[in-house]
Amino acid sequence: MKYEFFEHTADAKFRAYGKNLEECFSNAAEAMISIMIKPETVEPKITKNISVNGTDLKSLLYNFLEELLFLIDAEFFIMHRVASIKINPMGKKYMLNATIEGDKLSEKYSTTGDVKAVTYNEMEVKENYVQVVVDI
Amino acid sequence: MDIELKKLSNITWQIPKSGEMKVPAVVFASEKLLEKIKQDDTLKQLRNVACLKGILKQAMVMPDAHQGYGFPIGGVAAFDMQDGVISPGGVGYDINCGVRLLRTDWNFSQVMDKRKDLLNEIYKEVPVGVGKGGITKLSRDILMEILKKGSKWALEQGYGTKADLDRTEENGSMSDADPHTVSARALARGMPQLGTLGSGNHFVEIQKVDRIYNPEIAKAFGIDREGQVMVMIHCGSRGLGHQIASDYIKEMEDKYGFAHLPDRELVNAPIQSELGEKYYKAMCCAINYAFANRQMIEHWTRDVFGKVMGTFEGMNQVYDVCHNLAKYEKHEIDGEIRKVCIHRKGATRSFGPGREEIPEVYRKIGQPVLIPGSMGTASYLLVGTKEAELATFGSTAHGAGRVESRSRALHELRGEDVARDLEAKNITIKGASWKGIAEEAPECYKDIDEVVRVSHEAGIGKMVARLVPLGVLKG
Repeated sequence: MKYEFFEHTADAKFRAYGKNLEECFSNAAEAMISIMIKPETVEPKITKNISVNGTDLKSLLYNFLEELLFLIDAEFFIMHRVASIKINPMGKKYMLNATIEGDKLSEKYSTTGDVKAVTYNEMEVKENYVQVVVDI
Repeated sequence: MDIELKKLSNITWQIPKSGEMKVPAVVFASEKLLEKIKQDDTLKQLRNVACLKGILKQAMVMPDAHQGYGFPIGGVAAFDMQDGVISPGGVGYDINCGVRLLRTDWNFSQVMDKRKDLLNEIYKEVPVGVGKGGITKLSRDILMEILKKGSKWALEQGYGTKADLDRTEENGSMSDADPHTVSARALARGMPQLGTLGSGNHFVEIQKVDRIYNPEIAKAFGIDREGQVMVMIHCGSRGLGHQIASDYIKEMEDKYGFAHLPDRELVNAPIQSELGEKYYKAMCCAINYAFANRQMIEHWTRDVFGKVMGTFEGMNQVYDVCHNLAKYEKHEIDGEIRKVCIHRKGATRSFGPGREEIPEVYRKIGQPVLIPGSMGTASYLLVGTKEAELATFGSTAHGAGRVESRSRALHELRGEDVARDLEAKNITIKGASWKGIAEEAPECYKDIDEVVRVSHEAGIGKMVARLVPLGVLKG
């Protein structure tokens, strides 16, 4: 299982699993996008390279997911999948580089809901899973 | 976790001051609502708020309270201007998510056959759902002007009338807004989205007056009979506001850290600090963006009624209130009038007669308070009170408040069935997606009638009229 959703009164809470941090982060991105659209229905027409950093692993995850929301609002870019992802320590910080495949949102796609923001509420970053609550 | 609650009355409960708490905390709720509130982290989050530096008198939640992040939803807290803090988590991500109400001259029988046309036409004018841009992408310079001026910009562009601005909280424009405090990322999210409804619980609703509780005040607010058609608009500052919240959470973490806080989303800055002031000015920009947004959506809604009904004469704005913000206001504390920084996160300002912030036409009566229901349930028009000014820094509830998670709703409900149930109640619904409709099903929310009853009984917002939906355009 890549990810599963849990009960949370106001928001969407999910846990994304993986063999390592990179896989957990990648599956978390897919879980979050799945609230808005079925990622598998998005055509991989555009490739974007993104890099974010974080003061700790939680802020790295927060900033990574927020970047995907930013791309939707500012560039109408919706993710199909994380094609590659690498996380490296950088001094006291962490750096994430990823290649994202996706497409421009248009009338041909029907979306199913919005994610307003990523939150730190109940966030967990463990070796084999991450947990996130997003504001929807 | 068990949190001790002391019963103060049938509808007020206190968490006495203990441990790190600087002040006690108070819950406004009936026993029925309290049972729901106890089921999530609301009380724990409320107690955390009472621990923040410079908090005055008491931390509070309104009857529609539920768990949020950092502050609970329904939270109200005031902070000392010298020693206190300002917190993005005390405002929320959707800065100035708010509600606007229009009255009309029509009787509901005149619009019943035209509801579908009206909703379809509004749907064409007002983009709804995810990734739907506005009519035109704004330039950076124009966006900066909007952030500075709010509804004033909209009025200058021909959206609406001066009377709309007069009947908007803060006249639709926060003068402390400084667009230079807004990041390039927030601007980039804001440029394509002005004039869009967004998603989630946001809506444009055609309603009818179902009951009038106070005919005299209702009349002053433009309502003279049951069956009268009303229009309600519920939306906020979109991606721009979300990004401002997120930007300043990060900046405050970097500067002040969060290790000492019980919850990372309680991160804050002193009001009297460079960063605290910067956040306040940026938040004011998001408030202005949301005001301009609702002003434009109102304008297009009037246009649609003009087209479908032949005229939009009489579609006057009753009021526009904010549900998520922090503001400097004057309040009486221990017999002394003090300027404080009030946070309302999922709460409505509820000022009584006489306050200078209330437009002149309503000043002798009190401020109109708008409480939207969930999709398909009643909404309420209330009036602000002196009691609220003394008890809750002039605040009351903001909606029904969720009881059920969206994930469970999706598990148990299908959007098609929810829409059919609403049609059976003679409510027409149009939405961007079936899934969105299922998530916002009436079953997922607290009983709005009960929430409003508690507000009325506590005297923090008095019932004026009950409004029920005829047609809903859901974001």
